[in-house]
Amino acid sequence: MSIEKVWVVAEVNDGVPTTTTLELLTEARSIATTVEAISWGPSTAAAAGVLGEYGASVVHDIGDLGDALPGVPVAAAMAELVASEDVPDVILVPASYDGRDVAGRLSVRLDRSVITNVVGLTADGDEVRSEHGIFGGAQVVTARFTGERPWIFVVRAKSFAAESSGGAPAQVVELARVDAGAVDTARVVSRHVEERSGPKLDEAAVVVSGGRGLGSKDNYAMIEELAKLLGGAPGASRAIVDAGWVPYAYQVGQTGKTVKPTLYMACGISGATQHLVGMKGAKNIIAINKDQDAPIFSVADLGIVGDVLKVLPKLIEALRARS
Amino acid sequence: MNVVVCVKQIPDPAAPQALDPATHTLVREGKLILDDSDAYGVEMGLQLAEQSGGGDVTLVSMAPGGETSGLRTALAMGAAKAILVSDAALKGSDALCTAKVLAKAIERAEPDLVLAATESTDGYTGTMPVQLAELLGMPSVTFAKKVSVASGNVSVERQTEAGYDEVVCPLPAVVTVTAGVVEPRYPSFKGIMAAKSKPIEQLTVSELGLDPAGVGANGASQEVVSVVAADDRKAGEIVVDDGEGYARVVDFLDQLKLI
Ligand SMILES: Cc1cc2nc3c(=O)[nH]c(=O)nc-3n(C[C@H](O)[C@H](O)[C@H](O)COP(=O)(O)OP(=O)(O)OC[C@H]3O[C@@H](n4cnc5c(N)ncnc54)[C@H](O)[C@@H]3O)c2cc1C
Ligand SMILES: Cc1cc2nc3c(=O)[nH]c(=O)nc-3n(C[C@H](O)[C@H](O)[C@H](O)COP(=O)(O)OP(=O)(O)OC[C@H]3O[C@@H](n4cnc5c(N)ncnc54)[C@H](O)[C@@H]3O)c2cc1C
Repeated sequence: MSIEKVWVVAEVNDGVPTTTTLELLTEARSIATTVEAISWGPSTAAAAGVLGEYGASVVHDIGDLGDALPGVPVAAAMAELVASEDVPDVILVPASYDGRDVAGRLSVRLDRSVITNVVGLTADGDEVRSEHGIFGGAQVVTARFTGERPWIFVVRAKSFAAESSGGAPAQVVELARVDAGAVDTARVVSRHVEERSGPKLDEAAVVVSGGRGLGSKDNYAMIEELAKLLGGAPGASRAIVDAGWVPYAYQVGQTGKTVKPTLYMACGISGATQHLVGMKGAKNIIAINKDQDAPIFSVADLGIVGDVLKVLPKLIEALRARS
Repeated sequence: MNVVVCVKQIPDPAAPQALDPATHTLVREGKLILDDSDAYGVEMGLQLAEQSGGGDVTLVSMAPGGETSGLRTALAMGAAKAILVSDAALKGSDALCTAKVLAKAIERAEPDLVLAATESTDGYTGTMPVQLAELLGMPSVTFAKKVSVASGNVSVERQTEAGYDEVVCPLPAVVTVTAGVVEPRYPSFKGIMAAKSKPIEQLTVSELGLDPAGVGANGASQEVVSVVAADDRKAGEIVVDDGEGYARVVDFLDQLKLI
């Protein structure tokens, strides 16, 4: 049985599909002939053009979920669609906050396991093989499902490059919301947006990250300034996120963001495997660390063995002078 | 309020890790320790149970070889008791199977609240707790960075892409916490001594009413095909800063046409 149909769980904000959604649609096209999106929210119809352009022929629209957390209602509606014999071979879910909720709920409703942390996919005849980086990306594991379809894969951001296929707008088909009862009772009572200026961390061409080697929260200002001078985004190691110097949204690595910028600068970051896995895909890496044996140097194109508190002020001054 | 905290016992992540070449599962030799990520759930559970003015924290763990060392650490922090599901048949379980097993064990404790970490340190699929919630028929809130309980509801600050959402959910519910939700206490000497005599109920798969043939590697519907070394980045030029190190960075930025 070849792979014919793929569903992509498509996250849309204000009528705009997330970058990961477009990455998954692009990859779905190379796996199967029929690609359909599953979406929700007040603005899905506005996204039908872009979803179609990246490969979706149909978008199953669950509609506005109001203040409900999406995990349960989305999974319940999808399970209902599967039960109505519209069975896809593969379901791709972004490894996002809500995506993981959808995958977990759907897994039980369909009684299918989930393969998670996918960073690569290949369709090979009747099979789909997934790739995973383990031990900080030092080894690549290839896995596959042996059981019944649909096969659910949760895919990490930045695993594929999003490319338009120039497709026509997706046909919007209403997908009825199902009453899921007691499990669907979590409600969002307010939303808080933390202001950040400049490009988004996972979309910036330049990422300047700081770690514990900065010594104090105040010194993080140098990272922000440098990022600004280079038109990039500031990032962080988990050590300083846990220490409360910067919000979690800044974290790069296994449990944070995966970034693939043109340039990644690691300042006072040791290069633990869990950090490397989130930034090793950068085209160029500069590391500044006072310990010449720091593991970060093993992936750096340019390594400066030195004190960040001495190197960064001079660098900032030099860049200011040129801008 | 009775709180169940899921705690995973894992090989020390600081020790070198390896996959078994034959089974492709993580080599679990030596002592297992309490997953750091779960110390936050234990602390949160203790604080919430205390604030509610009564009730216990029960730990629930699944580990194929009867390991209890990680559970003892969490008991030393102050949890009252533990349920350990242990059975050789569980080796090679996937996350869905883990959830099915833990759900059966958790049902026995009749919790008002179930806490778990957002993802474990070793397997980090991050799906087990939501699968568990669905099996238990409970709502769930993941990625909690703040948790409080009042009048039969749990309120959670849930991390989002843009910041956080305030989410309210009726109990019983499953909540997954992030690192930093609370500061885990260190077990005191008294706690460590007390933990030695706290009850750990050990159960097998059949005692939970599940079929051993359907769990572990037998029940898994996924397999590893191959494991290969990734083609690694090569180290480039390493320069010792002599006061002019910054200039090398400027040159590099120039080459990349970033300035
Ligand atoms: C399950 C799990 C998930 C994780 N996920 C992530 C993740 O997503 N992202 C992440 O980053 N980490 C993650 N970690 C944590 C990771 O293992 C490391 O602990 C963390 O990355 C270390 O951060 P750091 O490099 O800032 O700090 P440290 O390891 O303490 O390194 C500080 C570095 O700064 C250098 N230094 C000190 N002073 C100076 C100076 N004046 N000038 C120059 N250099 C100096 C030191 O030589 C050292 O190399 C995870 C860990 C686990 C167990
Ligand atoms: C490198 C690697 C990759 C894997 N990939 C997959 C995969 O793609 N799909 C899959 O189905 N399985 C996978 N597994 C197997 C999976 O890790 C195990 O099934 C594990 O028992 C549960 O998943 P987790 O630790 O990833 O859970 P997570 O969902 O990451 O765990 C979240 C939290 O749930 C609780 N919890 C999880 N396990 C237990 C336990 N045994 N006892 C008590 N509490 C627990 C803890 O609080 C934990 O922090 C993988 C394992 C490894 C080592």
